[in-house]
Amino acid sequence: MATVTVPKEEKTAVVTSPESTQKTVTLRIARINPPESTETKFEEFKVPVQKWTTVLESILYVKQNLDHSIAVRYSCRQASCGSCGMKINGKPRLACYTKISELESNVITIEPMNNFPIIRDLAVNFEQLFSTHKKMKPFIINEESEVNSDTKEFIQTPQDLEKFLQFSYCIKCGLCNSACPTMATDTSFIGPQGLAQAYRYTADNRDKGKKDRLKIVDQSHGIWRCHFAGSCSNVCPKGVDPAMAIQLLRGYLLGFGK
Amino acid sequence: MRESIIMKIHYGTALGAVALVAVHILMRMSQKFSDSLAYQNVLANYHFLPYALMLEVILVLLSVHGFNGLRVILLELKQGATYERAINYGSIAAMAILIAYGSRTILMAGMGIS
Repeated sequence: MATVTVPKEEKTAVVTSPESTQKTVTLRIARINPPESTETKFEEFKVPVQKWTTVLESILYVKQNLDHSIAVRYSCRQASCGSCGMKINGKPRLACYTKISELESNVITIEPMNNFPIIRDLAVNFEQLFSTHKKMKPFIINEESEVNSDTKEFIQTPQDLEKFLQFSYCIKCGLCNSACPTMATDTSFIGPQGLAQAYRYTADNRDKGKKDRLKIVDQSHGIWRCHFAGSCSNVCPKGVDPAMAIQLLRGYLLGFGK
Repeated sequence: MRESIIMKIHYGTALGAVALVAVHILMRMSQKFSDSLAYQNVLANYHFLPYALMLEVILVLLSVHGFNGLRVILLELKQGATYERAINYGSIAAMAILIAYGSRTILMAGMGIS
């Protein structure tokens, strides 16, 4: 019997000195602790980065190695949960979805999102966003139900789906609200996130709650306060266009939409 | 009143004002600009009933549109129940005062009272 000898796989680890070859960037992280002081201070940290390093990874590097006291909220690390929204070099972005290399800067300034109350450092309070979202009745309102055995399933054509599909990709990260110039001065404004969700369910042909939702958004700090700056759509990491949703929802109120 | 109705009025008054102010400007161009501002020509405008009525409509449209615009700006600037109520009623009052004062001018000029 012939014996075949399989050659052992050779693994070579290339060891390089981090100081000599690895690129480093400076993270300027906003430090603020509202109960003690409302003043924002920036602390600088030098962190090593690779081509694929994300802002969140670099913040976590700082937490693990340089200063564990930085407050940051994160969870999925894949732009699905919407937890790690923050202002990176002046623009609201998801830290897990932003690579250091794409920022093309050696100094990365990281601040908490605008238009949200700050809990500490980079963590902001989402209470208003979630309560507004809830007020928009983000569910299908229909007396009939698909779960009853005697009722038929709700028929929806691809064209029906197309009307609202992109708006259902919202992950409630709050970047749109943070970028909204109206929200900066009008704290009672519903905001692009809530309005886009109101449109998402109103445009759904299975939904019968159009009248209720239109009544909710048709108030002095509702849909009419949008100035169509479009910054909400510009910052959305999921490609949702809240500015368009707001215009389409206005169409319903002006009698253009069905 | 529902905000959508207010905003429909806001957009409607804007369109109406643009159209009527265009007519008003075109009327100025029917003669030399300096002549159009001559005392007797200005008075003649007020004595011509359709034109005086058009001026009255422009006054109403611009007052409603302008003060509602100001109301919206002020509501976005600051929030609070008392403040918002004051702004809403204040705008209506300012609108009514301006329309009343402007109408008085149009009426007096039309009737030849100086």
